[in-house]
Amino acid sequence: MNIVVILKQTPDTESVIRIAGDGKSVVTDGFKWVINPYDEFAVEAALKIKEKHGGKVTILSYGPQRVVEAVRTALAMGADDAVFIDEEHLESCGRIKVAQAVAAAIKEMSPDLVFCGSRAVDMDMAQRGPMVAEFLGWPHLALATSIECDGKTVSIQRSLEGGKVTQESTLPVLVTFGGSHAVWNPRYASLPGIMKAKKKPLQNKKLADLGLDAAEFTPEKAKVRVVSLELPPERKPGKIIDGGLDTEGKARELVRLLHEEAKVI
Amino acid sequence: MSKCVCVIAEYRGGNFRRVTHEVASEGRRIADALGVPLQAVAVGSGVAEKAAELGRYGVEKVFVADDPALEGYIAETHTPIVADLVQKCDPAVVIMPASVDGKDLGARLSARLLAGLVQDSTEIVVENGKIKAKKPIYAGKCYCWNEWADGEMPLISCRPNVMGCLAPDESKSAQVDKVEVTLPEARSSVKSLELDTSGRVGLSGAETIVSGGRGLKEAGNFSLLEDLAQVLDAAVGASRAAVDSGWRPHADQVGQTGKVVNPNLYIAVGISGAIQHLAGMGSSKYIVAVNKDADAPIFTKADYGIVEDLFQFMPVFVEELKKYKSSCS
Repeated sequence: MNIVVILKQTPDTESVIRIAGDGKSVVTDGFKWVINPYDEFAVEAALKIKEKHGGKVTILSYGPQRVVEAVRTALAMGADDAVFIDEEHLESCGRIKVAQAVAAAIKEMSPDLVFCGSRAVDMDMAQRGPMVAEFLGWPHLALATSIECDGKTVSIQRSLEGGKVTQESTLPVLVTFGGSHAVWNPRYASLPGIMKAKKKPLQNKKLADLGLDAAEFTPEKAKVRVVSLELPPERKPGKIIDGGLDTEGKARELVRLLHEEAKVI
Repeated sequence: MSKCVCVIAEYRGGNFRRVTHEVASEGRRIADALGVPLQAVAVGSGVAEKAAELGRYGVEKVFVADDPALEGYIAETHTPIVADLVQKCDPAVVIMPASVDGKDLGARLSARLLAGLVQDSTEIVVENGKIKAKKPIYAGKCYCWNEWADGEMPLISCRPNVMGCLAPDESKSAQVDKVEVTLPEARSSVKSLELDTSGRVGLSGAETIVSGGRGLKEAGNFSLLEDLAQVLDAAVGASRAAVDSGWRPHADQVGQTGKVVNPNLYIAVGISGAIQHLAGMGSSKYIVAVNKDADAPIFTKADYGIVEDLFQFMPVFVEELKKYKSSCS
């Protein structure tokens, strides 16, 4: 079973977001870059399936050189090799272009399964997986919180507003991963894993290597453009309910405020 | 006639979901601003009988694909059918729900129609005939305004419970155009759909949320929050720390790697307020924090703070609320 995991690097979720001088981008100084958490769940799920069915897990990523660190981390977790689309500005060409480049790289590998996170914790567009599946002409199963694979078919469970769905597909299929750290419990890279990862094969590919015309991949081709960023309105400092009241007094005061001032009860 | 605004309806279990009415209402507003008609696309099993109802929210015409095989959403099957109907509308703008299924369908449509998509928009404006859409990024730590290149058709999914809903005009109904469906060959399918019938309030869309964190110390202590939730008819959420400890299911997690919520009232109990949690609930209208640590970051976001041991405070608070409730009835 050959599995490709599409991986993106994002700032850690503890990162503080500040708007840069151009008003359209965020200040990246001081960011701790990590594997997008949902992609990390996908890596873990891929490694588990490999442990059961054998085969190979290939990491596929793209973007500037800093992303290679995230790719190496996934190799240290236990993935076998990696393909890196070495195009620093790929993301500025728009999400359709990213998905086309990723799909082109996948076609060359013809895997049985493609995994990726259901969304990235930066722009939260939740589109990469389904878009890549559409460009591949494959089915996809989204937002898996559990997965089973018997070598011919894959079935997943996912939550829906007020319910649960089980979906199934024959191979090849793309699966996106939802859930949380508690569901997937992604493994840490061990020290021997980190040492081994340094020697694992990582292929760099340019757009031309994927049979794509680089002239079609420019920021001018992006269909959606960022106009401006804004921070959410600062919340006014609230009040600590104290006033020398005992527990009962505080509880009574809170009920009064919620009713009379906030009018939410 | 100039191009229209097209709304993609979401239909499940015999009814249009509420978010469909929100998106239709928003579509009406945009169509009026652009001076064009409002049309809709509706796909599902039995949807043809209900489609005219969308007229109550300002939809003039609905293109419908109705087939028993379209009962449960499956991307591979729904995408080509919806895409064909959208093309029949020949829209200037397409808007749709950013629900679980809607975001999935939106992404596939974006690739199929080569239309630039903005997911989970919270506000759409029309300026000089051009569309701009705002969306939260970094789980609401920041907001991003987007526009489309000249000649591009905006495809926008709208966050549920944010955009208002028109009061339905029962006297109006939409013209229904039932389209012959050719089901694509599909390798994927829905095996089962279990809807939760417990009557428990879900996090997304809840008006009030009571959320617990590490301070609860163990799974059993969430009963304190369940008691409060029952009095307030609220949903129960949890911080990542509580979910990682296995005290609550992952579906209850609020934060950047969980659900982003925007209730009227959010009561954070024993939650210190890690930045990834604050991102997920910071847009709540009112925030109450109960924590024994006066320096906990959650107090910088809270409208009302209680610095007390939660095990002492919560039972008393629940009793006071019950007294208040009984005085109202």
